[in-house]
Amino acid sequence: MSGSTYYVPEQSKWPILASIALGLLAYGAAMTLTSMSADRDSIGPWVLGAGFLVIFYVIFGWFKDQIREEAEGLHSDQLDGSYRQGMLWFIFSEVMFFAAFFGALFYVRTFSVPWLGGEGEKGVANMLWEGFTATWPLLQTPDMKQFPGAQNIIDPWHLPLVNTILLISSSVTVTFAHHALKENKRRALEAWLAATILLAAVFLYFQAVEYHEAYTELGLTLQAGIYGATFFMLTGFHGFHVMLGTTMLFVMLLRCFDGAFSPEKHFAFEAVAWYWHFVDVVWVGLFIFVYIL
Amino acid sequence: MATVDVDLPHVKDDDPHHHGPAKGLGRWLFTTNHKDIGSMYLIFSLCMFMIGGIMALIIRAELFQPGLQLVEPNFFNQMTTMHGLIMVFGAVMPAFVGLANWMIPMQIGAPDMALPRMNNWSFWILPFAFLILLSSLFMPGGAPNFGWTFYAPLSTTYAPESVTFFIFGVHIMGASSIMGAINIIATILNMRAPGMTLMKMPMFTWTWLITAFLLIAVMPVLAGVVTMMLMDIHFGTSFFNAAGGGDPVLFQHVFWFFGHPEVYIMILPAFGIISEIIPTFARKRLFGYSSMVYAVASIALLSFVVWAHHMFTVGMPLVGEVFFMFATMLIAVPTGVKVFNWVATMFRGSMTFETPMLFALAFVVLFTIGGFSGLMLAIAPADFQYHDTYFVVAHFHYVLVPGAIFSIMAAAYYWLPKWTGHQLNETMGKLHFWLSFVGVNITFFPMHFVGLAGMPRRIPDYALQFADFNSMASVGAFIFGFSQLVFIYNIIQNVRVGEKATAQVWEGAHGLEWTVPSPAPYHTFSTPPKVD
Repeated sequence: MSGSTYYVPEQSKWPILASIALGLLAYGAAMTLTSMSADRDSIGPWVLGAGFLVIFYVIFGWFKDQIREEAEGLHSDQLDGSYRQGMLWFIFSEVMFFAAFFGALFYVRTFSVPWLGGEGEKGVANMLWEGFTATWPLLQTPDMKQFPGAQNIIDPWHLPLVNTILLISSSVTVTFAHHALKENKRRALEAWLAATILLAAVFLYFQAVEYHEAYTELGLTLQAGIYGATFFMLTGFHGFHVMLGTTMLFVMLLRCFDGAFSPEKHFAFEAVAWYWHFVDVVWVGLFIFVYIL
Repeated sequence: MATVDVDLPHVKDDDPHHHGPAKGLGRWLFTTNHKDIGSMYLIFSLCMFMIGGIMALIIRAELFQPGLQLVEPNFFNQMTTMHGLIMVFGAVMPAFVGLANWMIPMQIGAPDMALPRMNNWSFWILPFAFLILLSSLFMPGGAPNFGWTFYAPLSTTYAPESVTFFIFGVHIMGASSIMGAINIIATILNMRAPGMTLMKMPMFTWTWLITAFLLIAVMPVLAGVVTMMLMDIHFGTSFFNAAGGGDPVLFQHVFWFFGHPEVYIMILPAFGIISEIIPTFARKRLFGYSSMVYAVASIALLSFVVWAHHMFTVGMPLVGEVFFMFATMLIAVPTGVKVFNWVATMFRGSMTFETPMLFALAFVVLFTIGGFSGLMLAIAPADFQYHDTYFVVAHFHYVLVPGAIFSIMAAAYYWLPKWTGHQLNETMGKLHFWLSFVGVNITFFPMHFVGLAGMPRRIPDYALQFADFNSMASVGAFIFGFSQLVFIYNIIQNVRVGEKATAQVWEGAHGLEWTVPSPAPYHTFSTPPKVD
C-alpha cells in the first residue's frame, strides 16, 4: 500500500471524543471563572476536570493509533507531505497568536501611553488624568489605586540573559540530536535530546524564580497596569509553549529509548524540533522587546 | 444519500478505499470521509442559518413600527449580537467549509482531504461551540448583548456574565476554523492529481487556498483578543482600560485586524463559486483566469492593511485616516477586475438561466451595489456621516446576503445533482430565487435611505420619520425569511426524488468533478486521474 495510494484512515472515535473534551473544557473553564469572579460555588471545576481527563485519554489514544499505523507501514510519502504542511501552518498560526500580543505591546508603547501622557496628536487624552506622565516601563499608571504599578522591573541582564543563552543552546542541541538521528548514532541522539530537555527544564525553573521575584519583591503583577499585563501575557504564553515543547521533547526521548525513528523517517521528531525552534525565536523577540527595550 | 453505494465495510479489509459508508449514527460521529463531513457542515450551517434568521425576524418585527412593542431593549441587543455571531461563524463560514470539503478533493482529483481525522474533529467542535454560545441565552443577565464586534469596555467592564462563555466558545470555534483551514491548504498543496498544476486549478479551489491562508493568519488574532478580554474581566489586567495605561481603542485595532480579513474569508469563496457557475451557463471559458487568481490574491493581501476603516470616527491620527482610506479604495481595483471578468465571460455567450445561474447573476449585480456602498464608506470624511447608521447595515448586508449567502445557495443548486444524483426541480428553484431576490431587496435597499437620513444601527426604537422605510424592510425580511422554507423543501425533495442526473449534469460544465458519476461514489479518485 505504502507509496501507491494515499492512506485515508479508517473511522475513528478520537475526533468526536476530542470535540467532547473541548466542549467540556470550554464550558468548565467558563463556569469556573464566572463563579470565581462572582464568589460563588459551581460545578465548573468538575466539568473542567472531566474535560482534562477526556483530552488526555484522547491524546494518548490518538497518538497510539497513529504510531501503530505508521509501524504497519500505512503511511506513504505523500501523507508525510500532508503532515509537514499541517505542522508548518500550525506553527504559522501560533506565530500569529503571539503577533496579537506583540501588536498590543507596540500599540500601547507607541500610541496609547504617550497620548495619555499628553504627547502626540491625541495628547488631549491627558485631560483624563492630568499630571500623568508617560514613561516606559510604565511604573506610574494613570490610576494607581486601581492599577498599582510595579516598583521595578526585571533586570534583563541577569536571569533573562541566562535564559536566552539556555534557550538558544537548546536549539543547537536539538539540531545536534537531529543530525545524530540522521546518521543513526542512537546514543548521541539520546544524549543531545536529554541535554535539550535539561536546558528547557532549567529555563522553566528560572522563569518560575523570576515570576516569584516579580510578585513578591517587585510588585510586578498582572494587575500592575499595562506593563505587567503585556509582560505576563507574553512571557506567560511563551512559558506555556515551552512547557508544551518540553513535554513533546520528553515524549520523543521516551520513543527514542523505545527504538522509534529511522534515519529516513522521523517526522514526529522533526515536527517537535520545528516547534522548539519556534519557541526559541519567540523568546528572542521577547528578550529584545519585552525585557531590554 | 439513499442511493449511495452500499458496499458494506468488511470487518478487516486492508484497503479502506473499498469501504462504503458505515451504518447508523456511527457513520456520522466517526467518519473520515470528506463527503460525509461536507454534508454535516452544510446541514449544520443550514440549521444555524434558520436560528440566526429567526433572530433577524425578531429584530425586524420589533422595528416594524416605532416604539417598543415586542421585546425589551436588552433582549433586542442580545438578538442583534447573536444574529451576527451565528450568521458569521455558524452559517456562512461552515457553509463554505462544507462546500470546500465536498468539492476540493473532487476538483483536484484527490481521494479525500489530506488529514481526514482532523477534518472530522474540525466539524464536531462546532456543535459544541454553538451549544455553549446559544446556552448563554438562558443564563442570568442574558446572552452577549454588546454587538457581534464585542467592543471593549461594553464586552468587558459592562458585559453580562455570559461573556466568559462567549469567549471560550469563540476559542474552540477558532480552533475548528484553524484546523479546517490547515486541512484545506494541505489538501490543495499536497494532494493534487498529477498534471493539476496550480494555474490549472478550478477557481473555487484557488479562492479557498487563499481564504485558508487568511483564516490561519487571523483566527489566532481573534483568539488573542478574546484572551485579553478574559484577562481584563477575571484577572485584573488593563489591556482595554486607560486607567492602567491600556486603551479601549486597542481592542478595536486587534479585533479589526482579525475582522477585516474575516470579511474577505466570507466573500472570496463566493467569488470562486460564481467563477465556476457563470462559465458553465454562459458556455464559455472563464474570461481572464490568471487575472482572477491575481485579483483574489491582491484582495487578500490588501485585507491586512485596511482594518482601521472600520474605526474612522474613533479618534485616529490624521495620517492613519488617510492611509486606511486610500488602501481601502485600492481594493476596488482587483474587485473591479473580477466583476469585469464575470461580465466579459457572459459577453456573447450562449446563456441559459437555470437556478444556479440566476443566483450567480443576482450575486454579480447586488454584490456590486454592496461594493459601491463600501466605497462610499471608505471615504473617511464621508464616513463620519454614515458611521454606525443603517447605511452601514445596508452595505454589509448587501455583500453578505445577496453576496455570500446567494453564492452558497447558487453552489447548493449547482452541485446538489452531483451530491444526490437527482436533477433539480427548476420551477421550485426559480420560485425560491425570485422570492429571495425580491425579499432581499425590499429588506435592505430602504436601509440605505434611513441610514443616510441618520437612523443609528442597533437600536430597538427610532424616530417617526423612519417609520415607512422600516416597515417596508420588515415586510421584505419576512418574505425573504419564509421563502427559505422553499429552499429547505427543494433540498429535501432533491435528496428524495427527481430525475436521474448524468455525470455531466449541466451541459456547459467542465472540470474533474463532472467526470465522476452522479451521485459521486463514496470514494472518488482513489487512484489519481491524469490531468493534461
